[in-house]
Amino acid sequence: MITLTHFLVLGAILFSLSIAGIFLNRKNVILLLMAIELMLLAVNMNFVAFSYYLDDLAGQVFVFFILTVAAAEAAIGLAILVVLYRNRSTINVQDIDNLKG
Amino acid sequence: MDSLDINSIDSLPGLLNMLVKSLVVMPEIALLIGTLTVLLVSLYTGRNSENVTYVFSLATLAGMVFLLLRGMDRPNVVLFNEMYVHDELAKLIKVLICVTVAVIFIYARPYLLNLKNSRPEFYILGLFATLGMLVMASAQNFITIYLGLELLSLCLYALVAYIRDSNDAAEAAIKYFVLGAIASGLLLYGMSIMYGITGSLNLAEINIYLENIEGLNIGLIFALTFIVVGVAFKFGAVPFHMWVPDVYQGAPTAVTLFISTAPKLAAFVMAIRLLSYGMQELVVDWQQMLMILAVLSLVFGNIIAIAQSHIKRMLAYSTISHIGFVLLGLLSGENFGYASALFYTIIYVLMAAGAFGVLLLLNKHNRSDIDELSDLKGLNQSHPRLAIIMMLMMFSMAGMPLTVGFYAKLYVLQSLVYNDFIWLAILAVIMSIVGAFYYLRVIKYIYFDDLLVRLGTQNNALMANAILTTNGLLIVGLFIFPNYLLNYCVSVFP
Repeated sequence: MITLTHFLVLGAILFSLSIAGIFLNRKNVILLLMAIELMLLAVNMNFVAFSYYLDDLAGQVFVFFILTVAAAEAAIGLAILVVLYRNRSTINVQDIDNLKG
Repeated sequence: MDSLDINSIDSLPGLLNMLVKSLVVMPEIALLIGTLTVLLVSLYTGRNSENVTYVFSLATLAGMVFLLLRGMDRPNVVLFNEMYVHDELAKLIKVLICVTVAVIFIYARPYLLNLKNSRPEFYILGLFATLGMLVMASAQNFITIYLGLELLSLCLYALVAYIRDSNDAAEAAIKYFVLGAIASGLLLYGMSIMYGITGSLNLAEINIYLENIEGLNIGLIFALTFIVVGVAFKFGAVPFHMWVPDVYQGAPTAVTLFISTAPKLAAFVMAIRLLSYGMQELVVDWQQMLMILAVLSLVFGNIIAIAQSHIKRMLAYSTISHIGFVLLGLLSGENFGYASALFYTIIYVLMAAGAFGVLLLLNKHNRSDIDELSDLKGLNQSHPRLAIIMMLMMFSMAGMPLTVGFYAKLYVLQSLVYNDFIWLAILAVIMSIVGAFYYLRVIKYIYFDDLLVRLGTQNNALMANAILTTNGLLIVGLFIFPNYLLNYCVSVFP
């Protein structure tokens, strides 16, 4: 029997993975974008699970909005990435260190 | 609708009732239509598109302010399955946001004209961001809060990368994007847990649920923590401030002006809706979280700002310390505290607009931005009027009497003392004194140092200069008559 707890634990694991992915990743900015998507999907998992167990549709409606926004966000993220690559011919995370102080 | 009162509306049949009530959303609909029109017009006007977009955008915002002012005396209603609330706070914040954005456009105009490849997107993205902020101001549901926030944030990410061939701008944009996305993710995670526990996305229903439970629920605290972290990220409070200095420094100054002003009003109203309207019952818990954020922001913001030589970076850390003050007002958890925080936010927006406005109107002889603090040396000798305005802004940020910044700080301290947070008030005063050091250093550079580089001013800046002077006069004028604004701030929290 799969219970609500299973879904929540899965959501929490995915969420932690994405946070870890963002902070541990030292290589590639595209991996950051993927981690961000994963984070939003983890939240969606939570919402769908709660929505089902509460028998309330609002959570699933929210998921649709999050999916749409995530698509827009990925588009903007990739556009910024292209600008970054054009300017410095690298998307290595470690090289993004001009601004500091 | 003006002639109807709320009771007679409720007696109308279903669909008609809904339609009449929807008139309240008229400004937002008008803004959306106006923005889309501006977008289309800018596509078909060729070489002139920048001028046309500018004029159309200002006209749209002027129309918005007119519509919003007309709606000020409309009854407070809750619309669209209780997702959208039209109350005194929303009315005030919306007018302020629209006026602020119009002023930003006017200040930014000469600067943008001076850029090599200026394009009309600044105004269009700015208008979309305004729409996002207006949605946030009226949001009473997690969905509307999230959608408004994302509409605002996505526009800001794109705006930061506005100068395509600037290395620093691209870097600032990617940093802002990643950290902003994390913030949204954390906020959403908190919202999902809150939804699971309370069974509702509606803030009013959540508040009712919270009133009826007893004892400590660890899940609620868990969800609340994520939500507070998300809000703190958007505010830029320490320890979630990493993006603020980099974005302020890397972004074009016109965009820095945008980010540092209007979105702070929206972030304030989001914090009020989530924490006060939605989770007033958890006040003891979020009070402590805000206390940590506020203390850290005040201490780190003020101390790190001393070490900065880049002027936008210094103003970024100064913003962080001002956010600390706003959080101090919020954390008292009662109406005068909220009003003092709102007053502080409004005054902060006024000061930031003035300070960045001065920077926007100046340029170096090679037509590049001024960036180092030392560039301002001897400003009084070359541009005495701008020097006076900058001095007023710096005095006001430091909280000196004769400028309204004094009252802004005073009211926050007053609310802290009323609520027995004496030690916080003392800390805030000490940190203000530390902060005065770097504000006064700017004034010393302007008035007592010799001219280092002769700065030029932007062309076509008549309107910007006029508004900037008014902005400077307001800083003094509001010191003499602070009561009207303060009473208004108090009256929006019934």
